[in-house]
Amino acid sequence: MQYKDYYAIMGLKRDASPDEIKKAYRKLARKYHPDVSKEPQAEARFKEVGEAYEVLKDPAKRANYDQLGAQWQSGQEFKPPPGWQGGAGAPNFDFGGEYSEVDSEQFSDFFASLFGRAAHQQRRPTRPTKLRGEDLQSKVLVSLEETYQGAVRTLQLSVPEITQDGQMHTTQRTLKVKIPAGVTQGQKIRLAGQGAPGIGGAPNGDLYLEIDLQSHPHFHADGADIYLNLPVTPWELALGATMAVPTLGGTVQLKVPAGAQTGQKMRLKGRGLPAKTPGDQYVVLQVVIPEAKTPADKELYQQMATQMPFNPRIYLGV
Amino acid sequence: MATQIIHSVTILDETVTFTLEDLSQTTNIQAELIKEMVEQGLLEPQGEAPEQWLFPVSALQRSRTVVRLQRDLGVNVAGSALVLELLEQIEELRAQLELLKHRNLR
Repeated sequence: MQYKDYYAIMGLKRDASPDEIKKAYRKLARKYHPDVSKEPQAEARFKEVGEAYEVLKDPAKRANYDQLGAQWQSGQEFKPPPGWQGGAGAPNFDFGGEYSEVDSEQFSDFFASLFGRAAHQQRRPTRPTKLRGEDLQSKVLVSLEETYQGAVRTLQLSVPEITQDGQMHTTQRTLKVKIPAGVTQGQKIRLAGQGAPGIGGAPNGDLYLEIDLQSHPHFHADGADIYLNLPVTPWELALGATMAVPTLGGTVQLKVPAGAQTGQKMRLKGRGLPAKTPGDQYVVLQVVIPEAKTPADKELYQQMATQMPFNPRIYLGV
Repeated sequence: MATQIIHSVTILDETVTFTLEDLSQTTNIQAELIKEMVEQGLLEPQGEAPEQWLFPVSALQRSRTVVRLQRDLGVNVAGSALVLELLEQIEELRAQLELLKHRNLR
């Protein structure tokens, strides 16, 4: 197990006052709060900061932690000293205040070795009551191809389970989930009865999966609509042309009218993601200018310049 | 490790709604606090009286976020309403930015 430098995690000196600790926590909690923060690893950092604060805000826990001494480095291999008294069964263990039970369970092994894993079983009501299982939430990364066609995904989930003697513990479960066609970014799907088990014969909770669409090299989803940038030649736009265009459902022919401009958006109705009203695919035309490689190429451009004088900057007054 | 194939998947689109009781049970948030969120305009159920309320799916995430902001950052319900509005604006802007970035890509 690795030593954790709670002071370093919070950016504090070892002699920080309770007030400084509180201020540092508030600041870091705002910075890394998973609901607010877009920092990478926000959730992991938030948990780490929460764990550090849990120890440093409590004078008893802090004193115990300080006893380990200042010679430790973060990440160093750590074992509690022989005769360590702060461990499981520490009388003043309290997860009240700012942390819920669930958070405390996510604290590190290092924390648990010093202060115990605590509280969970004590707080779980032992009376033989009926209690519907908790709902669980998870995210699932889905590619655009998968949402277009629908897919079966295998997920690994940590699910609480009740053993014969009524204790809760976490187990790994593998679930094969049908991802319905047409799910969009941020949408949720519900798997009835796949949450935490109910207690005393009460029904299980549900599992909620939030769809996170993987970014695609060519297509971009906006709700059920799909955007594609389509490179075109100047003469295709000037003269009009029918060209092959990829869609999630395969190649289709797109007729571009003469005189279309670069940046113009063409709609392929119903070629987006499937839905009751299927999304559309928008094709954004992007002119690519061919390089004048040979003297003959240059001659051609020169001829255009002479025969079709054109000032695209006229609106700038120049 | 048992593998199960799941067939009963529900897409939570705009046709799915939650009663006050459903929402409270699913989110583990007390009905009283949910009522306060409705009073603050944080949640906008259809229906007049609490017994008739029907919440859209978005209420799940909104109400959970409010509780976490309260627990972790000490933000009250009114403050959460502001935070949520700003977060949603940021989310919208981010989506627009992504789209624009994509359109300018070759």
